[in-house]
Amino acid sequence: MIEIRNLSKSFVTSDGPVDALKNVNLTINNGDIYGIIGMSGAGKSTLVRCINMLERPTEGNILLDGRDLGSLNKKELREVRHRVTMIFQGFNLLMQRTCLKNVILPLRLSGVPKAEAEKRGRELLEIVGLPDKANAYPAQLSGGQQQRVAIARALATDPQVLLCDEATSALDPKTTHQILDLIRDINKKLGITVIVITHQMSVVQEICNRVAILEHGAVVEEGEVAQVFADPKADATRHLVYPEMADSVAISDEHGQRVRIIFNGGPAAKTPLIAQMAMEVGVAASILGASTRSVGERAYGYILLEIPGGPDELAKAVNFLRKTPDVTVSVEVNYGENKGVEA
Amino acid sequence: MNFANAFTPEKLEEALEVIKTKFLFATWETLYATILATFFAILIGLPLGMLLVAGDAKGVRPLPPLLMKVLNVIINLLRSVPFIILMVMVIPLTRAIVGTSVGTVASIVPLAIAAFPFVARLVEGSLREVNPNIIETAQSMGATPMQILLRVMLPESVPSLISNFTLAITTIMGYTAMSGAVGGGGLGMIAITYGYNRYRYAVLYASVIVLVIIVQVIQSVGTKLAIKCDKRLRN
Repeated sequence: MIEIRNLSKSFVTSDGPVDALKNVNLTINNGDIYGIIGMSGAGKSTLVRCINMLERPTEGNILLDGRDLGSLNKKELREVRHRVTMIFQGFNLLMQRTCLKNVILPLRLSGVPKAEAEKRGRELLEIVGLPDKANAYPAQLSGGQQQRVAIARALATDPQVLLCDEATSALDPKTTHQILDLIRDINKKLGITVIVITHQMSVVQEICNRVAILEHGAVVEEGEVAQVFADPKADATRHLVYPEMADSVAISDEHGQRVRIIFNGGPAAKTPLIAQMAMEVGVAASILGASTRSVGERAYGYILLEIPGGPDELAKAVNFLRKTPDVTVSVEVNYGENKGVEA
Repeated sequence: MNFANAFTPEKLEEALEVIKTKFLFATWETLYATILATFFAILIGLPLGMLLVAGDAKGVRPLPPLLMKVLNVIINLLRSVPFIILMVMVIPLTRAIVGTSVGTVASIVPLAIAAFPFVARLVEGSLREVNPNIIETAQSMGATPMQILLRVMLPESVPSLISNFTLAITTIMGYTAMSGAVGGGGLGMIAITYGYNRYRYAVLYASVIVLVIIVQVIQSVGTKLAIKCDKRLRN
């Protein structure tokens, strides 16, 4: 278990001090695939580097199974770095060394004899699906293959935690998918806790069970991925979950009454909701914006409707929509002077 | 005596005689001094260059800034003394080490002293080219600063080091010719003593041609080797 307690980190730059992280508190349980998501500059990379003390926190603690990593001496910390390993956006393989030599580097650094390390290295290359690339050099491999080698290297010291710093950001969607599959496999089969740093909601959606949203160095939302997707509370989360929503917010400045239907993972998205509403209560809504997606077997997303007519039509529409299971309906009205949002 | 007189049949015959009797050995002396001086320059310059990179404020093992400052000043100082002056300045040291300040072996001392700060700077440059992300990755694996230097930075910069060492050899070879002016042996000495001073200009030119050929050979071998070693260029 990793506990991040009151973690703050500030850097001194030429423009004065910058608070990269502000009082971050997170608990990552064993077996989690924990997503930490945020826009660039949100402090994700700093946060993940604090977890293995590549960056020293300015304040606060990182506890690995109750042990405060900040209190360790250099030797103990090196030991911990065998337990908490890392993969990177740029793969960071030694370009002048074969894949096998790259994979066994952490073992060789900790004094494992060459023959034994190479045996283990070949097993690891097998695990990541590259048994035939032992003697190839990284430059001969594709990005996805290089990341597989990096993953094999990260697994060499039998870690309990794998930190992934934008590990798929340099890869195309298909390769991203394959690498995420591999990470999920590793999590399941080897029981390694995974912390995934990313700016892509799709990555979180695909493999994480929990997620924290980081904005300007602070955690603005945290929870089960399904929960956070269903009902994003913080603005930053909404932007990440539904990037298109930014546009619809601009529309709602105009005069009108709007209803936002949020699908919370039910089968609702598959029923002809709007058509039914028109037929059953006679409200012909127009769709201003929509974005839906599936997480696992469940549907999430939203539809933003413009309701014609006055408050009566609005009430009819809302009453109808609220009868649908697994949706949240929120109303945004703007009658000129009385502007407001009602949940 | 003017330039034209240097190519009279008599002078040419004398020159040919010098080339026949002295050139082979002089070439050997030049190579010998160059190779040994380069060896010692690398022996001192390589660790020193590593120290410059590792000990930097942002290096893998930061050392006291004052110490780094002193090191840098010393290296710059040694680099800024003209070689011909340095040779004379280190004569006492040369005598202490070799027993004499004249000859090919003696010239190795000032050559190595002149070249090691240069080599240190070259090594520094090569090591600084190593992708900082790879260094961070090594740290994330729990590598010690020494391990990062020896097992990550050094192997990663091998192609660049080969290029730079090639540059060092050719530069040092240039210096050996200069050492011929103040008692060193080799082609430089032949060119000046037997060629220039006795108006046998043909000897002078022949020496230069041999030096040029050696430099060309070393340079192309070095460049080829650097490319061959670089596993980034394998596709």
